[in-house]
Amino acid sequence: MGQRLSLIAAVSSYVLVDRLQFAFTITFHYLFPILTMGLGLFIAYLKTVSYLGRPDRRLRLLRKSDEERDAHEAAARFWAKIFAVTFAVGVVTGIPMEFEFGTNWAVLSNYAGGVIGQTLALEGTFSFILESAFLGIFLGGRVRVGPRAHWISALAIFIGSWLSGFFIIATDAWMQHPVGYAGTGKAVHLTSLWALLTNPWLIWQYPHNMGGAALTGAFVLAAMGAWYLLNGQHERFSKLCLTIGVVGALIFTTLQIFPTGDQQAANVYHDQPATFASMEGVFATTKGPPLVVIGNPNTQTRRLESVIALPKLLSFLTSHNFTTTVKGLDSIPTNLWPDSVPLVYYSYHIMVGLGTLLLALALIATFLLWRGKLFQNRKVLWALMIAFPFTYIANIAGWITAEVGRQPWVVYGLLRTSAAASPSTSVPAGLGIFTLLGFCGLYLLISLVYVLLILRIVAQGPEDVRATPPSTVPEPAGA
Amino acid sequence: MIVHTVWFVLLAAVIAVYVVLDGFDLGAGTLYFLLGRTPRERERISSAIGPVWNGNETWVVVAGGVLFLAFPKAYAGAFSGLYFGLIIVLWLLIGRGLALELRHQIDHPLWHQAGDAIFSVSSALLTFVLGVALGNIVRGVPLGANGYFQLTLFHTLNWYAMLVGLLAVLVLCAQAASFLAVRAEGELGARAQALARRLVPAQIVAGIAMVGPTYAVRHHMLTVFGHDPLALVFPLAGLVAIGVTVVSQAAGRWGRAFVANSSALAALLATMAAGVYPDVLPAHQGRPFSLTINNAAAAHHALAVAIVWFPIGMILAAAYFTYSYRVLFRSPRA
Repeated sequence: MGQRLSLIAAVSSYVLVDRLQFAFTITFHYLFPILTMGLGLFIAYLKTVSYLGRPDRRLRLLRKSDEERDAHEAAARFWAKIFAVTFAVGVVTGIPMEFEFGTNWAVLSNYAGGVIGQTLALEGTFSFILESAFLGIFLGGRVRVGPRAHWISALAIFIGSWLSGFFIIATDAWMQHPVGYAGTGKAVHLTSLWALLTNPWLIWQYPHNMGGAALTGAFVLAAMGAWYLLNGQHERFSKLCLTIGVVGALIFTTLQIFPTGDQQAANVYHDQPATFASMEGVFATTKGPPLVVIGNPNTQTRRLESVIALPKLLSFLTSHNFTTTVKGLDSIPTNLWPDSVPLVYYSYHIMVGLGTLLLALALIATFLLWRGKLFQNRKVLWALMIAFPFTYIANIAGWITAEVGRQPWVVYGLLRTSAAASPSTSVPAGLGIFTLLGFCGLYLLISLVYVLLILRIVAQGPEDVRATPPSTVPEPAGA
Repeated sequence: MIVHTVWFVLLAAVIAVYVVLDGFDLGAGTLYFLLGRTPRERERISSAIGPVWNGNETWVVVAGGVLFLAFPKAYAGAFSGLYFGLIIVLWLLIGRGLALELRHQIDHPLWHQAGDAIFSVSSALLTFVLGVALGNIVRGVPLGANGYFQLTLFHTLNWYAMLVGLLAVLVLCAQAASFLAVRAEGELGARAQALARRLVPAQIVAGIAMVGPTYAVRHHMLTVFGHDPLALVFPLAGLVAIGVTVVSQAAGRWGRAFVANSSALAALLATMAAGVYPDVLPAHQGRPFSLTINNAAAAHHALAVAIVWFPIGMILAAAYFTYSYRVLFRSPRA
């Protein structure tokens, strides 16, 4: 009974409503940038090969026959269609994110606007404008513009979206590890923009995040190739996508683990001990702790149950030394623990577990590709076809680890989440629940439309670009 | 401090760019069924704005960013206080953007009609709601000593704010008609030109009609021009620009007419900004509760650093948009 009452009290808390709405809207939104940032990289590659590729290039990557070049152009056009729909949903679901800092987190905005106002305004000024100015050219397609303008627009969109990611991660890195600020109490203000943009957290969080997006892009490419190949369709296209996708998957899964993931974890270990202990399930401060592979954290008994662990490995991973003492949750007051230790623990383990499995799959597939046996191996093609959703789960689980792990702080060590929401007089819990439900309904509809449109594009398949030099498309004067 | 005034001007300028650019595609949505009588004509309207609406709308995000950067306290107060209205704006932006972008994905008349209807209704409502928000800011909001306020949806819809909402619909329709007068051909173009001829002068009538109500809700909006006659530059520039628009229309110079009408729109916003200055978010009950350029501003270093990088961003933006519009609008047929 007591627990039920506290649940009701928790649900009527306006801060919880603000947290749920932000968590829901940003998680849904981020599903789309994961793919556009990942695909943006591969489309830029495909367009570059298509535009610059010649049989006599010295650079191996650009030394392509006319036929190979056409295959790259056809693939770029197909992926641009998927990109267009995904980007549209990403843009419209992204606008609420900037608004919600003010609507739902007014106290945070008031407190930290003097610092993170910089990064958010930088994002709008330098990346959104770049992306949106060139999107029309890119999506308008090559019918209206020459091949050079189309190639430039593909590069501009790729750079714009990765720059956008940089400023957002800079914002989050500051909330994880505040630097370049002064002031306390009511508000903080900026003392060094340079420090904000070279935050030691940002240096690893950014490549780790972008690697996650790139690996989703790679696995989506591979999955599409596997789907068509298993169906016996579009052979040339599917082999190209599989080749690029599998190699990209190997590169980016490796980079996710080392060095970016490793260094990111080291930052958490040094700067956020409670987060690190929750991620690894370390309740008691231990000398030479083991690495927990499987286990269930019990915050009541403060023990990890049903454990399978590798002895002393956590100690080694954190400090490259088997006898380091790792701070456990027992040495940290409970009011500084993340408010859900199990959520941090499980999401971290899900991310790491999936990352390991994806690396194994990428290794097998790359080996088979190298031996020339991948395209005949139906089992591995099946595995590649169904692997891509797990990359999304890994990306989102990583973000949950970072954001829930930072709790009870919204700005680490400076401002508690419970004190950062808009005043309940301005945004009462009931109003927040109403708008949250509104977002749920609207986003459900958007999901259905998105899946419908993507399935149609997949059913139509890539168009055949005939072996024609790009010069047959009349290039308008001054392009 | 001078740097505060500079950021106020930059904020007003970015908002003006947003209204001028997104204005023509919001207005085109509002006039969609009125001007586009056949599916073919509607197709032509939507493909005239299709490649540029997203770039235009980006300026609202930039405006939000600049407000957050320069006047975080006003950003926090305005966005939380106008919570419900802004969430509705978000839903409309989402629906409108998707309707426009996804309309061409499926070649089926019913899909097109659904997209058209969502696009048109959300464009009209968005214009109205944004006007209402502006009206509430001009009127002043019930700010408390802590810098926050609450306006329920029905208090947001007060008579003055609704008048500003209607004015916004009229003004953006005039902007859209001027745009389509240049971009559209044949019967559609002729219809847009005829409408532009009527709507552009109607703006003067509506603008003058708003003087009395504005004085009633906030004396300062008008007395400021008595205290500081230099500010009269803005309304006068607006009148001159409308005059140029009318003359250009009569001469059949539709490109120049569009530019002149855009300038008039910018002058109208500058007039409002001059009336609000030095408040950023005026309090209904007046000072000391109003959030001004001084008590709502970020600390000096943040404003000084941003004053270096922001113009660089704007120069780049001008370069991108010039390139992109030239590539996209090179051919007369959209």
